[in-house]
Amino acid sequence: MTVQELPGAAAYRPTPPPAWKPLTDPAPLLPDPEPYRVLGTDAAADVDPELLLRLYGELVRGRRYNTQATALTKQGRLAVYPSSTGQEACEIAAALVLEERDWLFPSYRDTLAAVARGLDPVEALTLLRGDRHTGYDPREHRIAPLCTPLATQLPHAVGLAHAARLKGDDVVALAMVGDGGTSEGDFHEALNFAAVWRAPVVFLVQNNGFAISVPLAKQTAAPSLAHKAVGYGMPGRLVDGNDAAAVHQVLGEAVARARRGGGPTLVEAVTYRMEAHTNADDATRYRVDSEVEAWRAHDPIRLLERELTGRGLLDEDGIGTVREAAERMAAGLREQMNADPVLDPMDLFAHVYEEQTEQLREQAARLRVELDAEHGESGAEEGR
Amino acid sequence: MTTVATMAGERAGTAKPATMAQALGRALRDSMAEDPTVHVLGEDVGTLGGVFRVTDGLAKEFGDDRCTDTPLAEAGILGAAVGMAMYGLRPVVEMQFDAFAYPAFEQLISHVAKMRNRTRGAMPLPITVRVPYGGGIGGVEHHSDSSEAYYMATPGLHVVMPATVEDAYGLLRESIASDDPVVFLEPKRLYWSKAAWSPDAPAAVEPIGRAVVRRSGRSATLITYGPSLPVCMEAAEAATAEGWDLEVVDLRSLVPFDDETVAASVRRTGRAVVVHESSGFGGPGGEIAARVTERCFHHLEAPVLRVAGFDIPYPPPMQERHHLPGVDRVLDAVARLQWEADN
Ligand SMILES: Cc1ncc(C[n+]2csc(CCOP(=O)(O)OP(=O)(O)O)c2C)c(N)n1
Repeated sequence: MTVQELPGAAAYRPTPPPAWKPLTDPAPLLPDPEPYRVLGTDAAADVDPELLLRLYGELVRGRRYNTQATALTKQGRLAVYPSSTGQEACEIAAALVLEERDWLFPSYRDTLAAVARGLDPVEALTLLRGDRHTGYDPREHRIAPLCTPLATQLPHAVGLAHAARLKGDDVVALAMVGDGGTSEGDFHEALNFAAVWRAPVVFLVQNNGFAISVPLAKQTAAPSLAHKAVGYGMPGRLVDGNDAAAVHQVLGEAVARARRGGGPTLVEAVTYRMEAHTNADDATRYRVDSEVEAWRAHDPIRLLERELTGRGLLDEDGIGTVREAAERMAAGLREQMNADPVLDPMDLFAHVYEEQTEQLREQAARLRVELDAEHGESGAEEGR
Repeated sequence: MTTVATMAGERAGTAKPATMAQALGRALRDSMAEDPTVHVLGEDVGTLGGVFRVTDGLAKEFGDDRCTDTPLAEAGILGAAVGMAMYGLRPVVEMQFDAFAYPAFEQLISHVAKMRNRTRGAMPLPITVRVPYGGGIGGVEHHSDSSEAYYMATPGLHVVMPATVEDAYGLLRESIASDDPVVFLEPKRLYWSKAAWSPDAPAAVEPIGRAVVRRSGRSATLITYGPSLPVCMEAAEAATAEGWDLEVVDLRSLVPFDDETVAASVRRTGRAVVVHESSGFGGPGGEIAARVTERCFHHLEAPVLRVAGFDIPYPPPMQERHHLPGVDRVLDAVARLQWEADN
């Protein structure tokens, strides 16, 4: 029975509740129906060739970094490595779009973004090597620690950006998260805070198809992840995540908007994880080769290479030079990673509090005694 | 072709080497087969079979509705399990790693642990929360926490930790059958430990809430559980060289806590060391030492000692061996019981 059918309610005409008006106009917040692209379209002509070449160099270097790091896991030099092969365009664009004063909030897969932002390739791997949780000073590089618990770095990015704005600094925070991470409560709370505070944050979702084994369709029923933005009152942008120029442009616009006080943006980059989740994962359990092959034809390096060579901006020589530079980086990384890190077990107690508690001093002393005994024994063995 | 003899042998349940992970998987399977209200849910539990493969094959056998890959949201998973349990199902939730259960703490503490009490017994929640837990596998940050102290400090939860293949099966079966919520802590580094075990005729085990004496001895009691049990067994063997005859008590659950078995053992031996790998300060050892002291004060010939992880955030894998209590640290504690023993 509808309201109109109620006895005596014949004259009732539905109107909105008295206090209702839309808070924001949803239309401009909606993402385009298709991921935005630049390479191979007319829009490419407007992109600075210098930028395209820079993106290309970083992409090739990034790919090499991924293969080198994966090789290091096989040699037992790295405990684990979540490769971002296939996703380099997102990683590189995220790093290059930021000014020096801006902040990057990466997830555990975003080593490449951190390296492209200038972090030393070895320092960037300490978490995954297992010697330090974070081997660099986040303040120095304005890169938050690579974050393992999913989506928990997003509220941090919002808080930092908000604080910077309160202080009058025109700093922008760019926070990276995977498609799976968008299901976490922290994702929702971060977006909501950011929108309500109009915080200068850009959220970059790298939708690479899977959260370990779980495909996007089991993660969300939304039309796209970019559509989620509307509910919070921020624009959602959908971009081809393998098109470095497009990702750079969309993120660039979002960063500029944030910087001039326009508030946050949610960017969904549609990409694909070419390797398994990590070296420890078996991807054949949950996906088929034909899907991987289809994405291989849409490789971010090939897309950019085609654009550059097609326009005469790059030739075989140029490609060779870029590859050599990447090889040098890989050789350096290999060499440095082959040296055992020198670790001081006393470090375990050094950074729990600003000042060590009495208990920690006692525990440290106890470990020191154990270590001395260990060394004494091995020394004695050597003497034998 | 399979011979009749081996088939009969299989039916009779010939014990073969099985890992703890396999026994846990079998417990899930058998519970699901027996009781259609048992549902498994979590991240990657379906197609992949869980990152430790404990749920391998369940989605195939029972379908996606019984073994469900959820969205990646721990609070959502456990919160949904609360609703499922309210409606008569028996959810078994997998938290992928110890430290990733934290987003679900609000649900666990405010709802899972309290529903029975809030509804004056009208609405018990038969939820089992499986948590792969503890260190020693070389995991990077957030993959090695020992979180049992948080759970045991929350009234309304059972906290269960198997240390053997038999117990992995038996205790998980009982946890799922329990009408109270159980936090079931699976020691990661024992997942691949093996024992001769028969899935078809599993050995009966003591119920949840009873501690088991794994090794009897006269001179002191090692009180332990989960990943530290093998360490204590090894220490007890090594201690014989020093003339120590150590008893090892495996608690098997922190809640309920088996005061009787523990106190009886300490009264016999007069000395006790509690061993666990989670941090000592505010850790389970303090509670256990206090309980032992309360019950056995007049039998004690030395203070109850604790051997625990340091009071530090779990270290990076290259340093974890310094943090985890090993055989030497246990023996060192045993030696510290000596001064009283000599008197
Ligand atoms: C809070 C939390 N729960 C579970 C995990 C375990 N885990 C690590 S990566 C991962 C999948 C993440 O998928 P997605 O967000 O899509 O990122 P991707 O790995 O594809 O880059 C899971 C479940 C975690 N790190 N944090």
